[in-house]
Amino acid sequence: MTTDSAGRRLAGALHRRPRLRLGLLLAAPLTWLLVAYLGSLAVLFLSAFWTTDPFTSDVVRSWTTDNFRTLLSAPVYRTVALRSLGVAAAVTVIDAVVALPIACYTALVAKPSRRPLLVVALLTPLWASYLVKAYAWRIILANGGPLDWALGPLGLHSPGYGLTAVILVLAYLWLPYMILPIHAGLEQLPANLLDASADLGARTWRTVRSVVLPMVLPSVAAGSVFTFSLSLGDYLAVQIVGGRSQLIGNLIYANVTLNLPLAAALGTVPVVAILLYLLAVRRSGALRSL
Amino acid sequence: MKLSRRARITVRIIAFLGLAAIYLPLLLVLVNSLNADRSFGWPPRQLTLHWWTDAWASTGARAALWTSVRAGLGATALALVLGSLAAFAVHRHRFFGREAVSFAVVLPIALPGIVTGIALNSAFRTVLQPAGIGLGLFTVVVGHATFCIVVVFNNVTARLRRTSGSYEEAAMDLGATTFQVYRDITFPLLRSALAAGALLAFALSFDEIAVTTFTAGAGVQTLPVWIFANMARPNQAPVVNVVAAVLVLLSVVPIYLAQRLSSDTK
Amino acid sequence: MRSALKSLVAIGVLALATACSSTPAKTAPDGSFTPPKLTAQQSLGAGEGQVNLIAWAGYVENGSDDPKVDWVTPFQKQTGCQVNVKVAGTSDEMVNLMKSGQYDAVSASGDASLRLIASGDAAPVNTDLVPSYQDIFPSLKLQKWNSVNGVAYGIPHGYGANLLMYRTDKVSPAPTSWGAVFQPDSPYKSHITAYDSPIYIADAALYLAKTKPELGITNPYALDQRQFDAAVALLKQQRANVGEYWSDYLKEVSAFKSGDSVLGTTWQVIANTAQGEQIPVKAVLPDEGATGWSDTWMLYSKAAHPNCAYKWMDWITSAKTNAQVAEYFGEAPANQKACDNTSDKNFCAEYHAGDAAYYQKIAFWTTPIPQCVDGRRNVKCVPYADWVQAWTAIKG
Repeated sequence: MTTDSAGRRLAGALHRRPRLRLGLLLAAPLTWLLVAYLGSLAVLFLSAFWTTDPFTSDVVRSWTTDNFRTLLSAPVYRTVALRSLGVAAAVTVIDAVVALPIACYTALVAKPSRRPLLVVALLTPLWASYLVKAYAWRIILANGGPLDWALGPLGLHSPGYGLTAVILVLAYLWLPYMILPIHAGLEQLPANLLDASADLGARTWRTVRSVVLPMVLPSVAAGSVFTFSLSLGDYLAVQIVGGRSQLIGNLIYANVTLNLPLAAALGTVPVVAILLYLLAVRRSGALRSL
Repeated sequence: MKLSRRARITVRIIAFLGLAAIYLPLLLVLVNSLNADRSFGWPPRQLTLHWWTDAWASTGARAALWTSVRAGLGATALALVLGSLAAFAVHRHRFFGREAVSFAVVLPIALPGIVTGIALNSAFRTVLQPAGIGLGLFTVVVGHATFCIVVVFNNVTARLRRTSGSYEEAAMDLGATTFQVYRDITFPLLRSALAAGALLAFALSFDEIAVTTFTAGAGVQTLPVWIFANMARPNQAPVVNVVAAVLVLLSVVPIYLAQRLSSDTK
Repeated sequence: MRSALKSLVAIGVLALATACSSTPAKTAPDGSFTPPKLTAQQSLGAGEGQVNLIAWAGYVENGSDDPKVDWVTPFQKQTGCQVNVKVAGTSDEMVNLMKSGQYDAVSASGDASLRLIASGDAAPVNTDLVPSYQDIFPSLKLQKWNSVNGVAYGIPHGYGANLLMYRTDKVSPAPTSWGAVFQPDSPYKSHITAYDSPIYIADAALYLAKTKPELGITNPYALDQRQFDAAVALLKQQRANVGEYWSDYLKEVSAFKSGDSVLGTTWQVIANTAQGEQIPVKAVLPDEGATGWSDTWMLYSKAAHPNCAYKWMDWITSAKTNAQVAEYFGEAPANQKACDNTSDKNFCAEYHAGDAAYYQKIAFWTTPIPQCVDGRRNVKCVPYADWVQAWTAIKG
């Protein structure tokens, strides 16, 4: 009884003081995100202005902008940064184009009774390890591998290992992350809106263009946050199917152990790109549909 | 939706091809788990169940699976708490920096895992280590929870937006306390959203490798890390394929249950 | 607001903590190198109940991957030291893990060892406390990659060479020189493979040492700026012909199987695996010799479990265990008596263990440092950190 009344008093106190309630609600998540996460990031990017001892690779805390100067002056970093942005953009476009019809089917065309099963079918591949799937693609793309078999009769060849393969594999790996938000967005489309469009005499394509697409755009943007940022940070798939190419993630990884300040400086490239991208898509409400 | 017949058939064909493209590589994983060849020669010369018996005997794979499950559960639990707290704050209150909170929640999943991993790694090493807490499973859970918060947050805010506050107000008017209202009204309304968020959070944690690489301590090997270490070795790679095939088959059960749960209560 | 304030304070504390830890390392202005003063342990105490190791995949096997491959369980039973292992993929990762301070010992390759010694992370080892040390091949003792000024910093584990492998059905005539992979107008364009690590620059330097004597390269790990630039230029030219850079077994075996790669560097164990898969390949030691690795178990200077670590170093280099691990991993054992304990009696011959003439031709990985390891004092050599930068530039 006493605990009950204590609880009642506490509840009453909370009810009367919304600021206190807000403070209690926010304390844990904000401490976590601001201190543990953003704090760590801030320190990491602070260290981008430090340097290392050339022999032991220990971080030396003397203020310098050398790392950023290297980043801007050495052509290799510019090339790799632009290449990575290009790969991420290509993966995002491919995924959006492939995901739209698939999501259209799973959310609008398929029988309602079958839809939950289709969602399961979309979620399942996410559980097969990312690495295992990437290695499976290595075999598919190999000289004389399954893709060569399938394309052989058409007189075509597998692209082999390289940048094309990287784009293909990343697009494959992140496709479900694009389909799922679009599926969820389409599911929430009011059916009568589509009917109204049809009743007003709009052809299918017209309905899709002027009703479905604008309404599904936030979902596409949400999916693109995944595909864009996951591609921009990748450093493993490119090692498996990339042949001799490298992306910004590989450069960061290569420098983590020996030159943490340079790795941190390199890390600013994808981080700035993604922040800009997030700010750009935020207006569309995409971040709420992740 | 009233789509023309032709449009419907086109969509169906594209969707079918898309799904086939998603599943063919998985089928290859299954085939390779039976391929007698250690380096996955194509086409398989000979099939064998040898790798399946090897995988069954591999205590390393089982231990890694268990570590992953524990890390996933820990991260999911933390994400559920932090994500729902943040969601309530943002949905129920108007305050300065509200938009910034929604933005901060998204950041950990949007920024590259390798950057998050390095940042957490150096922070853990400089702050936790002197306090006697080394890298271990705990740090993996912390790292994973950070990027899992967003899926819970988004699922809960979406649900809160769709449910009106009138039930809660009615209960308050009838004299229920904040906690009673949460237990009897808010929580049941949110249950399926929490389940969906939890499932996604667990899945994200389960297949994560970049953050894990930088936050795991000695002897802590999650399944993706085990796979990474074993995939490169010809005597182990086929066993990895078995493990992946088993995971795909097993994953159908929880996903299907969660899907049923969330569509039932919608 | 209060929580925001709190977090600001915490960020401040975090920044302060980062700013105050660890002292800078000591390298004299002329680049010469004196390791931090550390003394080796004088006697062995009781085991601490556990030991944390960093190792290459396949070095510390406890039967969890294959019940038949297990030399950790007997060790644990015998010493009461529970073994925790972290598998590292690259030498750089090993160095980084060692710096984390959580581990007691590491199976470092020569491209990592000097860095660990210089930073004070590796402690001198009292070889009297490691009975197996007596049986180690004398040619492996007190070498550039495992000692400084005659002080041992570890116990040799095993070694091997980076050989030249080719598909016998696709490459003819059979190559006998590294020229085959460096030739600008190679008939095998896009099918050449190379090891994906900065240390591969030494392979180019080794080739240049023989083909361009005017550069005066005597040790591929001691390159002054001019020699280094020549090696980098050669590798940039090679890149045009490279199909892919390999970093793990499976990648290389599968590439040779499909024919995506037909020519390039390899390890003996990869060649053996490939032959076991009926892939028509052959691995040779080219005329110019080759680079190679020699791994050393090194001890962390502030190890929490030094006694167990000593016991482990003795165990893993003892005749029987060293034979097991060498056969499983595919390298020459460091312990000469291990050759009597291998299950394949030809093993040591196949891997040229103790074959002094063969290993005379191998330039073992050594960390490139500003103080030229070939003994030149009038020039500064290019340190490893610059090799890393150059390697990313080579890959483009």
